[in-house]
Amino acid sequence: MSKHQDELDPKTRKAGFSRRGFIRGVGATGGALGGAIWTEEEAQGAQGAVKTAGPGAVPVTLNINGKEHKLNIEPRMTLLDACRNQLDLTGAKRVCDRATCGACTMIMNGKVVYSCTVLAIDAQGKQIQTIEGISAGRPHAVSVAFVNNDGQQCGYCTPGFVMAAKGFLDRNPNPTYEQVKSGLGGNLCRCGTYVGVRKAVLEAAKAVKGGKNA
Amino acid sequence: MQAFEYASPTTVKEAVDMLSSKWGEVDILAGGTDLISLMKEYLHTPRRVVNLKGIKELGGIQKTGGGLRIGATVTLDELAENSTARSEYQSLVRAALGVSSPQIRNMGTVGGDLCQRPRCWYFRQGFGILGQDKSGASLVVNGENRYHAIFPQPPAYFVSASSLGPALIALGAKVKIAGPSGSRELPVERLFVAPRDSSSREIALASNEILTEVIVPSARGVRNTTYEVRQKEALDWPLVSASVALRMKGSTVTNARVVLGHVGPTPVTAAEAEKALAGKALTQETATEAGKAAVAGARPLTGNTYKVQLARIAVQRALLEAVKLRG
Repeated sequence: MSKHQDELDPKTRKAGFSRRGFIRGVGATGGALGGAIWTEEEAQGAQGAVKTAGPGAVPVTLNINGKEHKLNIEPRMTLLDACRNQLDLTGAKRVCDRATCGACTMIMNGKVVYSCTVLAIDAQGKQIQTIEGISAGRPHAVSVAFVNNDGQQCGYCTPGFVMAAKGFLDRNPNPTYEQVKSGLGGNLCRCGTYVGVRKAVLEAAKAVKGGKNA
Repeated sequence: MQAFEYASPTTVKEAVDMLSSKWGEVDILAGGTDLISLMKEYLHTPRRVVNLKGIKELGGIQKTGGGLRIGATVTLDELAENSTARSEYQSLVRAALGVSSPQIRNMGTVGGDLCQRPRCWYFRQGFGILGQDKSGASLVVNGENRYHAIFPQPPAYFVSASSLGPALIALGAKVKIAGPSGSRELPVERLFVAPRDSSSREIALASNEILTEVIVPSARGVRNTTYEVRQKEALDWPLVSASVALRMKGSTVTNARVVLGHVGPTPVTAAEAEKALAGKALTQETATEAGKAAVAGARPLTGNTYKVQLARIAVQRALLEAVKLRG
């Protein structure tokens, strides 16, 4: 949830503001914050070697498309929101925001994930690839295959589908039709363009083998 | 999502120390595939989130003493790709591959599958684990219950969402649990409990305990598999699943474990089906009889009688599939 939206949200507004105000006021970071929201007894566990971050904004470094980005965000911010709202990487879409549609799909350490359901702070140290990263300069073979095979109608699911397809083909370079079907099972298209999408993935498999965007 | 403080300890001891003796204050983050949605819905509003993925000892799959030790933060994808699991624990691999989608399997963990909250739509809409109105009447019994329990344990009518649970129970697995006073082991069937009141949880962990690993005994020679009946091929939970583990002498079953998933607040051991199979040759007929025995005690609600038939057939098909597979 973006900072802007959270501040509009009556459920979090009070807690969020008061805590942020407190943090700013004492200028505390990390484990020292424990006392702000815990009683002394409760905070004892946190006072050991383990540092805590937040609940206010903390420095977070993300490696996206081979580039390091330094952010100052709350631990509750998802990877998707960090990309869309902080880094202007708006290719991944926020649709269901509940890990059930695939429009936010990114590739993290070589595996497809729902970026709406990964905390940005938890994605530190990982290699993150977004649709912007695979299509820099010229369209990726998967994107080209989507165009050639009418793999989209309204196009809203397309960036997620292209990333899911790329992640799938990276692991399954010679897929059967059935494997394509189940391999892309984590992405929904409300226009129902699945036939085109599956054809596109099979075509992209051949193109990738032919040396285009291997 | 309510703001929280985040910690990523590197040892189990550190992680346990950061938990709370009260539910609701601290949540454990593994894959996050359930927790993050629960927090977005304000069903969980922890003040602190403790990430387990920085704890090395919670990862990895190892062969130990003939069996298999699976770390709690092993992803479902890692489990499904593991060569020992693939050759010996078909039941677990099938259950893991049945989970939702590649994206969920890449993040979702073994521990998370066991500890995820129920999918009951009354729970997910904020009516509590038992799905009750203010007077304490069950919204499930009087409402929409097509995906709910056919083996309810009143006042609990939800179904356990775990995919691995039934398979692990059939294989005789245990979980290891770490808490403030050390670690303990628990058979997987005792991890799942039907809550008696709305403040109870559906797993037998205390709020300051962590499920650290799963210990599965050797399944060499044990024919095992999981058969799921689904409405959709992906992005959904099974309507019913059946996990079986059979010890055979020739074509005769010497010992059968049959466990149903997604039919009750806990995985349901089909003791009648197990009895019906013991000492018999496994044939189309005995598998059919075992399916019938498995659902003889079912008590469906107003809208889910169809699940009784699904469960009966799932047991039958799981048994037949198990004997066709190499044990």
